[in-house]
Amino acid sequence: MTWSEMRPLLEQGTIDTLYMVAWSTVYAVLGGLPIGVLLVLTDRGGPLGNVIANKLLGVVVNIGRSLPFIILMVALIPFTRYVVGTAVGPTAAVVPLAIGAIPFFARLVETAVREVDRGLVEAVQAMGGGTWTVVLKVLLPQALPSLVAGLTTTVIALIGYSAMAGAVGGGGLGTLALTYGYQRFEDGFMLVTVVVLIVIVTAVQLLGDGVVRLLHRRERA
Amino acid sequence: MITTTDLTKVYRSRGREVVALDGVSIHVRPGEVYGVIGRSGAGKSTLIRCLNLLERPTSGTVTVDGLDLTALAGRGNRAGRPLRRARGGIGMIFQHFNLLSSRTVRGNVELPLEILGLGRRERARKALDLLDLVGLADKARAYPAQLSGGQKQRVGIARALAGDPKVLLSDEATSALDPETTRSVLGLLRDLNRDLGLTVLLITHEMDVVKAVCDSAALMEHGRVIESGAVSDLLATPGSRLARELFPLGGGSENDGPTTVADITFHGDSAARPVISRLARTHGIDISILGAAMDTVGGRQVGRMRVELPGGPDQTAAALAFLREQGLTVEIPDPGTLTERLTGEGAR
Repeated sequence: MTWSEMRPLLEQGTIDTLYMVAWSTVYAVLGGLPIGVLLVLTDRGGPLGNVIANKLLGVVVNIGRSLPFIILMVALIPFTRYVVGTAVGPTAAVVPLAIGAIPFFARLVETAVREVDRGLVEAVQAMGGGTWTVVLKVLLPQALPSLVAGLTTTVIALIGYSAMAGAVGGGGLGTLALTYGYQRFEDGFMLVTVVVLIVIVTAVQLLGDGVVRLLHRRERA
Repeated sequence: MITTTDLTKVYRSRGREVVALDGVSIHVRPGEVYGVIGRSGAGKSTLIRCLNLLERPTSGTVTVDGLDLTALAGRGNRAGRPLRRARGGIGMIFQHFNLLSSRTVRGNVELPLEILGLGRRERARKALDLLDLVGLADKARAYPAQLSGGQKQRVGIARALAGDPKVLLSDEATSALDPETTRSVLGLLRDLNRDLGLTVLLITHEMDVVKAVCDSAALMEHGRVIESGAVSDLLATPGSRLARELFPLGGGSENDGPTTVADITFHGDSAARPVISRLARTHGIDISILGAAMDTVGGRQVGRMRVELPGGPDQTAAALAFLREQGLTVEIPDPGTLTERLTGEGAR
């Protein structure tokens, strides 16, 4: 394959990959952030301490976390078809990617929020703040650097998962690598897709680290 | 201003019961600085958290400024709106300051004002006023990480005052500070108490804090209040544990032959008079001073002294009567405790 043959494929593949990762990240945050926070709030001694709810939530998250992504993706095909009308293509891939990433990010959120000093929660409660105040003014702002670091990890995991989505016709760089690089033995093309993936992952990691450093700077002045 | 009646807190975990508070009744008068003192594990921390219901008492009531908070609390662990509003009128400061590292100093002081629902401009104005009050107006834009311990606690105090509280709860607020900074923070609390009429309840394990600022004090041990009252009254009370803790006396007799050891507590006017030399002169006896602890409490000189007089009880009765006539409290320490105190309290 020549470069002029590869270029349009790579461009479309990159766009598809970024599309899948971007949307599944949005859903991962929308779903994972509240679940992660609830895991901390409902824990014993937390502001919403409720052992049963906590255990239930934990079990659901663990089930999501323990399924290998490739199996989750196949198992979700009927659901995906129901939601987006098809089980093939980048939009269809967003469904299993989001569902796989929500529990993943939720655990990272839980860890980040748990790190926040209990004394700060107590201080805000002593001022007359309720649970919403605790979450919005203490837990999330104080955990922000760790949350951003967790988000970076999630995005990079999603890039990996999105390549896997190629195995069931998800589109993106994964599909390209499989159809051209693997099935047609185009080693050169395989190499190029891998390089593009490495570049994307590195860019995301650098960006994430940069934001975390910026957030930490004011706190550790 | 703060009254607790028969406050009890029992922690249950895995079938075991730990009694943290065992029928604590205290009464804090408006405008006074009230110190609760005790060792770690005595229940001070639980007590102060029960006063604004951060901890739910197992039984008993808490009344702050005429409001029965235990009645407001309702059931369950979540604080309802009435309790949250009442908490807004009670300031609290902490041993480890508990400032948000993600906010500037001004942002930290504005936090309670946000909870109270003040507008942006009013918050800024009030926060700057409060920072001015604690002497940190120039640090408004700094982050807590850039401040020293004493400055952080001043921010904590400014933040605690944001809701115009009548009551300030201080949870070991000076325990993480060096002696110099402790004095200045206690001085600030004293000023606020005097200038704003703020009632302060503080818990501490440092006797010096009680000596420096407290009008009244309670001594806690094993979840109970052992002694409480005005510090000056407690000092004048024979056998007071608090007086002993505030002014620990070491030193036993090293003389052979019959002698009498007496612990004398100076308080009120008697502290200013040269009582000991007068005793020596009028009774013609030699007095050895075995130990002494003097300090200024509430602007008055008070203290205790352990002296040794020659002769047994019969010979020294007149001399001790003379001391009592002078308005001093005289106690004869039990010989058993004399040695115990040498190894115990003396070593502390």
